[in-house]
Amino acid sequence: MMNKTITLTGVALACLMGTTAIADTADKRIALSNNYAGNSWRQAMLTSWETVTGQAVADGTVAAADAFTTAENQVTEQAAQIQNLILQGYDAIVINAASPEGLNGAVKEACDAGVVVVSFDGIVTEPCAWRIAVDFHEMGKVQVEYLATRLPDGGDLLEIRGLAGVFVDDAISGGIHEGVSENSQFAIKGSVHGNWAQDVSQKAVAGILPSLPEIKGVVTQGGDGYGAAQAFKAAGRDMPIIVMGNRQDELAWWKEQKDATDYQTMSVSIAPGVSTLAFWVAQQVLDGKDVPKDLTVPFLTITQDTLEDNLATTQEGGVANVEYSLEDAQSVINEAM
Amino acid sequence: MIARLLTPHSLRTLLPAVSLAALLAAIFYLQPRTMSYFGLNLLLNLAVPIALATVAQMFILCVNDLDLSLGAFISLTACITATWLHDTPLLGALALAGCVLAYAGLGALIHLRNLPSIVVTLGMSFVWMGIAVLILPTPGGKAPDWIRSLMTLKPALIPFPIIALVVLGGIVQIALMRSAPGVVLRGAGGNPQSVARAGWSILRVKMIMFGLAGLFGVLAGMALVGLTTSADANIALRYTLLSIAGVILGGGEFTGGRISPIGAVIGAVTLALAGSFLSFLRLNPDWQIGAQGAILILVLALRVIINRTAAKS
Repeated sequence: MMNKTITLTGVALACLMGTTAIADTADKRIALSNNYAGNSWRQAMLTSWETVTGQAVADGTVAAADAFTTAENQVTEQAAQIQNLILQGYDAIVINAASPEGLNGAVKEACDAGVVVVSFDGIVTEPCAWRIAVDFHEMGKVQVEYLATRLPDGGDLLEIRGLAGVFVDDAISGGIHEGVSENSQFAIKGSVHGNWAQDVSQKAVAGILPSLPEIKGVVTQGGDGYGAAQAFKAAGRDMPIIVMGNRQDELAWWKEQKDATDYQTMSVSIAPGVSTLAFWVAQQVLDGKDVPKDLTVPFLTITQDTLEDNLATTQEGGVANVEYSLEDAQSVINEAM
Repeated sequence: MIARLLTPHSLRTLLPAVSLAALLAAIFYLQPRTMSYFGLNLLLNLAVPIALATVAQMFILCVNDLDLSLGAFISLTACITATWLHDTPLLGALALAGCVLAYAGLGALIHLRNLPSIVVTLGMSFVWMGIAVLILPTPGGKAPDWIRSLMTLKPALIPFPIIALVVLGGIVQIALMRSAPGVVLRGAGGNPQSVARAGWSILRVKMIMFGLAGLFGVLAGMALVGLTTSADANIALRYTLLSIAGVILGGGEFTGGRISPIGAVIGAVTLALAGSFLSFLRLNPDWQIGAQGAILILVLALRVIINRTAAKS
């Protein structure tokens, strides 16, 4: 009896507290359909989802937010998974898709059944779904814009690219080159493929360095800044401004240099917590808000001032992360309006 | 009547259907929403390409061979369907016909050179995948409108996937089990020497069976694209194992000649539903593949028990 009263009071209290945040989504159920969980970024993505949605369910914002990952990274399996989620009666499905096109049939089935579909990171092209895409082009461009503020006189740059043939590599590199063409004081003197891996980057940079003049800045794609720094150090060259990519080893090196020589740079990448942004967008759509179909993920930028905080919360071998709130989602939506 | 139903032979024939019924009952219980026109449609539509792939594999198993390239082949036909068949229907149709002929040619090669089919088809799987990547380097393409409208057909009363599965099982069953040429085709798998001595060409039988497998592989690829609306060079890789498991689950054997077309369709549907069942159970996905395997072992263990009782009596 006593216990029951306490529970009831708790529910009443939760209802009172929640009245501002919850509107019509308290009985809605949201599912996450994820195609792959085999690397640290995806693991962090799932952990963020659990943390944020667990709280949202406890607060009564939504009734349920369950994560489903397919056992194999296969289109047919994820299509079947999405159809099962429709049958399980979820009101919204948040998708990180195995293929931008291959799931369109299942996504269309979901839309036709009245289910809200929000895709992020691995987005789907079916027009009825919402897309939270990464502007990789912009991610390249902001690096050059940052260097322009640091080096008004310009100088020679080294570009480290990702894995050849992947569209992400082309998009980031395209943004970097656009930035350079708009800031004519810069010139890219060399370009190597670092495959987003520190060891590959180190070897590639060490190989090209002897043929290069003095390098003022290194523009990167993430996962390659630490390797580049090691190569510059081994060659005994002056340390240029290396733009980092939010990896823990890069941030740790940056911190070390900051303490030793007041080294200054910036770091930019996409936070795995973007899954939670997708969750809030789905919640907003269910709430009846007018949300544009195409949204853009904000970058997680780490500056000289926020370095310590981000480094402290990043696991060794991991990527700096941020979990989004309802307010963040609303500001992303308003920006796209 | 009941005694006749309980003989090992009829039990063996009934086992696939009983497993499917049990699985369906469990799904209906777990998720009553599936017990509707809309629910059955969603539950079963992806089983149609799997069933077509399983029937294709069945033709190969029937002549005592095994096809390890079927998934890659279906991915290729899906890519052709989503690109050439959509943009230039004539070229697409010719390419798909070429795929069927290539399969018949494989049958001839395996027979004439007396090669192990596992080795040949494993090698060919890389060839099919390579061509698929050449045709469609990045996921994309578009399903031809007529295939899309066929696969999303909403006939009155009975959902389209059920009609398609019944028609598929029925036609192949009649052609292979009830017709004179069907007996020769199956006999060539069960006892090739006697069929050859009786004057039939084993080469021709193999070419026909591999050609039929190619034809149903093409149909599977087309059906898959009709559902997904676009293709991807890796879209059907899982179908190789699913199709073999489907044939065996449906009462077929690895030794040639012992097959059941209706059983194969039922086996394919059972495998497709097993995935849904496990996901409705909210089982951790890491365990799902294992659990799918456990269902397979369970059904096959039941069959062994039935076979043993048959041997005893």
